[in-house]
Amino acid sequence: MFPSTNLQLRRAGRGSKLKEQIIIVGMLVCSLVAILITIGIVLSLAFEAFLFFRKVPVFDFLFGLEWSPQTAIRADQVGASGKFGVLPLLTGTVLISFIAMAVATPLGLYSAVYLTEYAKPKTRNWIKPTLELLAGIPTVVYGFFAALVVAPIIRNTGSGAGFDVSSESALAAGLVMGIMLIPFISSLSDDVISAVPKAMREASYGLGATRVETITQVVLPAATVGIVGSLLLATSRAIGETMIVVMAAGLAAKLTLNPLEAVTTMTVQIVTLLTGDQEFDSAKTLAAFAIALFLFILTMGLNVIALKIVDKYKVHYA
Amino acid sequence: MPDYALNTSENTRRRHIKEVRFQWVGRIAILISLGFLALMFIAISVRGYSVFEQTHIQLDIFFDEAHLDPSGARDPEMLLIADYKPLLTTALQRRFREVQERREKRRLYKILSRGAVFALGEMVQKNPNLIGTSQRLWLPASAEVDLYMKGKVDVSLEEELRRLKNKEINWVNQLKAQGQIKKKFNTRFFTKGDSREPELSGILGAVIGSAFSLLVCFTIAFPLGLLTAIYLEDFAKKTLLTDLIEININNLAAVPSIVFGLLGLSIFLGVFHLPRSTPLVGGMVLALMTLPTIIIAARASLRSVPNTIREAALGLGASKVQTTFHHTVPLAMPGILTGTILGMAGALGETAPLLMIGMVAFIVDVPQGITDVATSLPVQIFLWADSPEKGFVERTAAAIMVLLSFLVLMNLLAVFLRKKLQRQW
Repeated sequence: MFPSTNLQLRRAGRGSKLKEQIIIVGMLVCSLVAILITIGIVLSLAFEAFLFFRKVPVFDFLFGLEWSPQTAIRADQVGASGKFGVLPLLTGTVLISFIAMAVATPLGLYSAVYLTEYAKPKTRNWIKPTLELLAGIPTVVYGFFAALVVAPIIRNTGSGAGFDVSSESALAAGLVMGIMLIPFISSLSDDVISAVPKAMREASYGLGATRVETITQVVLPAATVGIVGSLLLATSRAIGETMIVVMAAGLAAKLTLNPLEAVTTMTVQIVTLLTGDQEFDSAKTLAAFAIALFLFILTMGLNVIALKIVDKYKVHYA
Repeated sequence: MPDYALNTSENTRRRHIKEVRFQWVGRIAILISLGFLALMFIAISVRGYSVFEQTHIQLDIFFDEAHLDPSGARDPEMLLIADYKPLLTTALQRRFREVQERREKRRLYKILSRGAVFALGEMVQKNPNLIGTSQRLWLPASAEVDLYMKGKVDVSLEEELRRLKNKEINWVNQLKAQGQIKKKFNTRFFTKGDSREPELSGILGAVIGSAFSLLVCFTIAFPLGLLTAIYLEDFAKKTLLTDLIEININNLAAVPSIVFGLLGLSIFLGVFHLPRSTPLVGGMVLALMTLPTIIIAARASLRSVPNTIREAALGLGASKVQTTFHHTVPLAMPGILTGTILGMAGALGETAPLLMIGMVAFIVDVPQGITDVATSLPVQIFLWADSPEKGFVERTAAAIMVLLSFLVLMNLLAVFLRKKLQRQW
């Protein structure tokens, strides 16, 4: 038994030099796929967007105040060209993201502070995963909840109070999106707050500060950078969120900041433009790619900044 | 500067109140968040649970040979598509003899689901001996009757505002009095594909579509993600290229999912001409999205394997590749699998990118392979949520319950793996 084992070992040892090189190169190739995906995204979006910008000037797209992408059947029809100004979509996106962040930031931050600074380990151990359930629920479920439960409540309360609320409102979509973002903010800020060195807290207690005073005047200021980073990541998530707004925000491209009205977002328009009957090459279809490119650049920018901030923070206290 | 010496007790009291208040704000924030979670589960369960039962009506059906198969050939194909409607109308007429007027008769036939015809067809195809006999059968009721039986029709509403009129309600109540209408477990919901009629639609097609997509997603993303993680963690020297790969992976994890859908649309469909609306393309898009999650989780897991293990293996003469594949990776596997399962759970709930590659069509047939046209469970939920018929509301909620149960199962599996198999170093 022993000699044969020996033989196998030796054989494995001999043949492995080239084989191992191949394996390593194979792994390198696999890791290049990640770069390939990014290149693929940029190229495909940029290519279709380029085709779009040959039909519609970049300036009209970025600064146009009107969005009505219908394409005409005949070329000489009235309004045949369609209007492709992205500003109404941008305001809709910003409005909903703002409402979402206004809901998620206080709830997420206070939850994180309570869990890290006050909660007993036992309580923390079950509340934290329960809160994170919110992050695991598919967005289509949030969309259904927003359209079926939250929107009617808002409409009824609103009309009871004498406001004119449309059945699909930015408020409903934003509110529900905010719920979705709570665990996102709370767990990121949780990490950041926990990373503040214990010595700083103890120094503060030693000087006679209460826990609140320590938290608000020592811990949170020390963690600000990291918290801002996590808020930026959450904002980028809100901007790119699709299903909630598709199901609850509406299609009307209005340039309004009234949260009780129906607004539309960039992601909603991408879905609307690409899920109907589509022909490649029409300005309508290509417009979706132009919006997506815009969206990609926007979220990418936020992410890069946020990740940089968070990284810097880590080094700071490491 | 306040004068502390004079006012100490007052000041302490104030600071104490502030402390308590702050704690309560924290508690309330958590309660609100958990409250939303509870509200969501309750709102969905309350609407969805009723789907698991469906109303059936008992009728005496005479399988008339002269009508169904006059030639006596008993060809299964022909038996399935024979005209079963007269059988139902006769049975209903015999049950409600007082209904004489034509228009009323037509309304009477509508208390049965259109699916009753197919149910009879399938029954006779399976057992041709039924022809010529009379049978007492439970047949599916229409969506409106079903809603009424579940107490979801507001009878206090004026008759014109209801889809179910007083006459129909009267018939249903007659049946109820004699025990000829009742709710039975809804097997159809779990064994059929989509349908235009709420009472006939099921989720099996969507579930199978999701399963195929996840299968494709796993076969692509798992090996790719694992090998990338191993390379970055154990082999790569810190170069510009590996830095670039790392930054890339972190950023990809935060790209909006819909952008991946557009990538799939223009590259997989536009350039490679893969079949549209199929789990193959859906799975590929999901794989690209899940890849960063798997890589990040696998790297964390590999990193947690202590270096002493690697050094011991190397010290006994193993090569670097052998050390990694014989020792590090098996030890890190529970963590890697946990991350992969969580990534798959995310992929299962994903909707937007699948809309982009056309997995959003109305599909009745259950897909047989990865190149069949299909939808997925979350897309089905989206489609049903968009339908105007009232019967689809409860079906949407029920489909969500099914989706959430799958997610809970996957998460439990991940927790189990972590608890049972992962070693603490």
